[in-house]
Amino acid sequence: MEPVSGDRWRGVAERSWRPAALLAACVVIWHLVTVTGLVEAYLVPSPGKTFDLLVDKWSYLWGHTWVTTYETILGFVIAGVLGVLVAVAMVYSRTVESTAYPILLFAQVIPKIAIAPLFVVWLGFGFEPKVIVAVLMAFFPVVISTVTGLKSVDAEMLELAATMGGGPVKTFVKIRFPAALPHLFAGLKVAVTLAVTGAVVGEFVGSNEGLGYVILQANGNMDTPMLFAGLIVISVVGILLFLLLDLAEQLMLPWHSSRRGAAVTTLLAKGGS
Amino acid sequence: MSTTLGTTSAVAIDDVSVRFRSKRAETTAIGQVSLDVAPGEFVSIVGPSGCGKSTLLKLVSGLLRPSTGSVTLLGEQVCGPRHDIGFVFQRAALLEWRSARRNILLQAEMRGMSSAEAGRRADELIEMTGLTGFENALPHELSGGMQQRVALCRALLHRPRVLLMDEPFGALDALTREQMNVELHRVWRETGTTVLLVTHSIAESVYLANRVIVLTQRPALVKEVIDVDLPAERDYAETMARSGFAAATARIRDLLGAVTGHD
Ligand SMILES: Nc1ncnc2c1ncn2[C@@H]1O[C@H](COP(=O)(O)OP(=O)(O)OP(=O)(O)O)[C@@H](O)[C@H]1O
Ligand SMILES: [Mg+2]
Repeated sequence: MEPVSGDRWRGVAERSWRPAALLAACVVIWHLVTVTGLVEAYLVPSPGKTFDLLVDKWSYLWGHTWVTTYETILGFVIAGVLGVLVAVAMVYSRTVESTAYPILLFAQVIPKIAIAPLFVVWLGFGFEPKVIVAVLMAFFPVVISTVTGLKSVDAEMLELAATMGGGPVKTFVKIRFPAALPHLFAGLKVAVTLAVTGAVVGEFVGSNEGLGYVILQANGNMDTPMLFAGLIVISVVGILLFLLLDLAEQLMLPWHSSRRGAAVTTLLAKGGS
Repeated sequence: MSTTLGTTSAVAIDDVSVRFRSKRAETTAIGQVSLDVAPGEFVSIVGPSGCGKSTLLKLVSGLLRPSTGSVTLLGEQVCGPRHDIGFVFQRAALLEWRSARRNILLQAEMRGMSSAEAGRRADELIEMTGLTGFENALPHELSGGMQQRVALCRALLHRPRVLLMDEPFGALDALTREQMNVELHRVWRETGTTVLLVTHSIAESVYLANRVIVLTQRPALVKEVIDVDLPAERDYAETMARSGFAAATARIRDLLGAVTGHD
């Protein structure tokens, strides 16, 4: 139950119009910059031209988009599952935590683009090296957020659970894990955007398909419209995956998002008045 | 003071002391405390802040081990978290993703109680504590008093023979608190549960209890045990007006070193 307020679609419209207006403004500025000849057309193509290209070369782009999306999702899912498992092990065992943390940190600070060629040498030009880079990119935020979430559980709640005698498994399933879900989702949302980057980085290093390959090709041919189109498609893939997770969060954690939603609405109402 | 043969006390605390050791210092929270609580008895515990009241309840529940001495609960020595008690903390400690009713039922799920029986019992408690109509509300949609009622129902679901309450009404306004006192009194009369209540309210401690244990500053020692001379059936306003009530509260105030006078 939420405080009674205007109808739902008006809420969505109110939330979306600012970002939409900003986006439109950016496109207008982009258009003006190219039309006035402020920047040479071969450096920055006009939005119209880029859009035309997106439509013309749609089937070509679609194939590569699918490849990158596939690598991203696979990498993200593996990172998500592994990340949660490692986090659980770290929270329940001091030994695992002290052993794994330095390694994790090392794996995180090492530049992925620097080790990506190694995976290509080992695994060839297929999708595997890209998935591995995506996993490496997405893994860390999942682990950190899940550990934080699992540790954020109210100590008194755990004491209560001990007096209820459910044992560690029931306590985890009914109390600890659900309590960690908001943190976990925050981590997953960061992770999915990083997984896209990971997949593209992997493609840069060595591939013959995917959006990273498209951009690299366009770059070699000085084909700036195609380069821009590639960038736009990559962004759209990232945004869509992010929104999908956001939706999943709202469906799975209505108790959490309704409160967060209420806070956002209050802020907007204050800002708007 | 220990368990005498034949008449087993519900709770027997025998020469218990508790020391906390941290890196910097060692604190003695509980000096040397002995206490016997009879089955079905309602005992209030009052004392200065930080004297070790919460620690005492944690000892009884087995969430904490004593440094010396022993605790016996329902004839069995306490040596780990006990499952035959109900515990209510100062904060309601509800799961925010569960409705009021499902928060109450957590007790049953953790224990593996039959869900039909647990459901019936939950509905009974919901009605008894006046939560009817709010079964499906989430914790953040409930007032502080309602949340505390949910915590009380959860603690009573499995019909524990001993109920431990640690300042359960500390966060409530005076009026709601009185209502909760009346409800708790009724629940206690109906269930016959043994209750240990930690509170900062002198009036609350006397209105509800058969005996009030007054503790000293840390390290806690039993300063005095006050027998409350009031009838079993207690109407709130009527009880406040009784001489037995005034005598007990005055004595406790005195012991706690509070400013004497009328409130
Ligand atoms: N886990 C712990 N480690 C170290 N010291 C502790 C621990 N728990 C409690 N203490 C100390 O023991 C003393 C008694 O604490 P306790 O929580 O039992 O007090 P209390 O009587 O419940 O106080 P209040 O009325 O403020 O709730 C305090 O001085 C506290 O600092
Ligand atoms: Mg306390």
